[in-house]
Amino acid sequence: MGVEITTTRLEDAAKWAKQSLVERATNWGRKFSLFSYPFVTACCGMEFMSVAGPKYDLARFGAEFPRFSPRQSDLLMVVGTVTEKQGPALKRVFDQMAEPKFVIAFGVCASTGGFYQNYSTMPGCDQVIPVDVYIPGCPPRPEQVLDAVIMLMERIQSGRGHSQLRTKRDALIADQAADE
Amino acid sequence: MSQKVLDALQGKHGPALELVESQHGDEIAWIKRDHLVTVATWLRDDPAMLFDAPVFVTCIDRLDWRPLGAPASTHWSDASGKPRFEIAYQLRSHTHRHRLRLKIAVPEHDARCPSLAMVWPAFNWQERETFDMYGIRFESHPDLRRIYMYEEFVGYPLRKDYPKEKRQPLVRRDDLPVSTPRFGTKPEGGHR
Repeated sequence: MGVEITTTRLEDAAKWAKQSLVERATNWGRKFSLFSYPFVTACCGMEFMSVAGPKYDLARFGAEFPRFSPRQSDLLMVVGTVTEKQGPALKRVFDQMAEPKFVIAFGVCASTGGFYQNYSTMPGCDQVIPVDVYIPGCPPRPEQVLDAVIMLMERIQSGRGHSQLRTKRDALIADQAADE
Repeated sequence: MSQKVLDALQGKHGPALELVESQHGDEIAWIKRDHLVTVATWLRDDPAMLFDAPVFVTCIDRLDWRPLGAPASTHWSDASGKPRFEIAYQLRSHTHRHRLRLKIAVPEHDARCPSLAMVWPAFNWQERETFDMYGIRFESHPDLRRIYMYEEFVGYPLRKDYPKEKRQPLVRRDDLPVSTPRFGTKPEGGHR
């Protein structure tokens, strides 16, 4: 057991060493300045307010305050039930955000559709946009949300966010095309 | 409770009525479809009636409903000879403090009903909702469009024969595989 864990950590360390210093510094900066855009559609919004409020204080993690335009934000929080009718709006908001962008599906409705299994509800917002972290719960406790934000920060630091991976993949493809 | 309303209605518009009944303290008048607007206008304007508050309009789909004790093979229409849909208009009078429910039987092959949006404007959006969910065409309605669902939606979702989980997505990710099997959804359930 212990050997496995050590091996994993060694692999992580190797990956860490491979990252360039600039990339490491950029990602470090990114993870501490998440500007969120809350796409709040339902009752989970109450819990989002509690997380953003002074008691649980999302600002401790650098997600200082919600922006009111997708253009200025890095983190899209899909908070609550998304209906099929809202799908185009959600996709448009996501497309308007500047790269790199991250998505948290807040609550079970945004993750899977929750207990709404009918003609009008989208079965999870990942049908329309790529999601980095899913938070279960109906609604989730603020501690879960903070945990998810920390997970997302780790993911950003190691360059494993959806849009970061896509950027890398595109760069690789471009490199290969240039070589050929 | 409002028996005198039913009595007055029977006295004035007897030929327009199919049936009157009382259920749990509510008086119900089944109206013949062609006479609905006449009866409704009279109910609004007559000084003894003065139904000034339209409460709701909705539809009841009796597709799989069967009466208590009836064998499993019988359905509502077999047992009673009634058509599939019932339109229910609930009315209330603030002046006289009485209320009345108008019901109209609508067959499936001819799903239309006269609109009362001109009599009580508050029924405008509710009739649009009933049209959206059940596909009842309200004749001479000023603006009969879908109100909740999008224009691309095909079918009427609250009809009992609409598949329970059939979704009609407007937009999907293009980097996903064509069908994503999910817990609780049937393969033919309309996912693309």
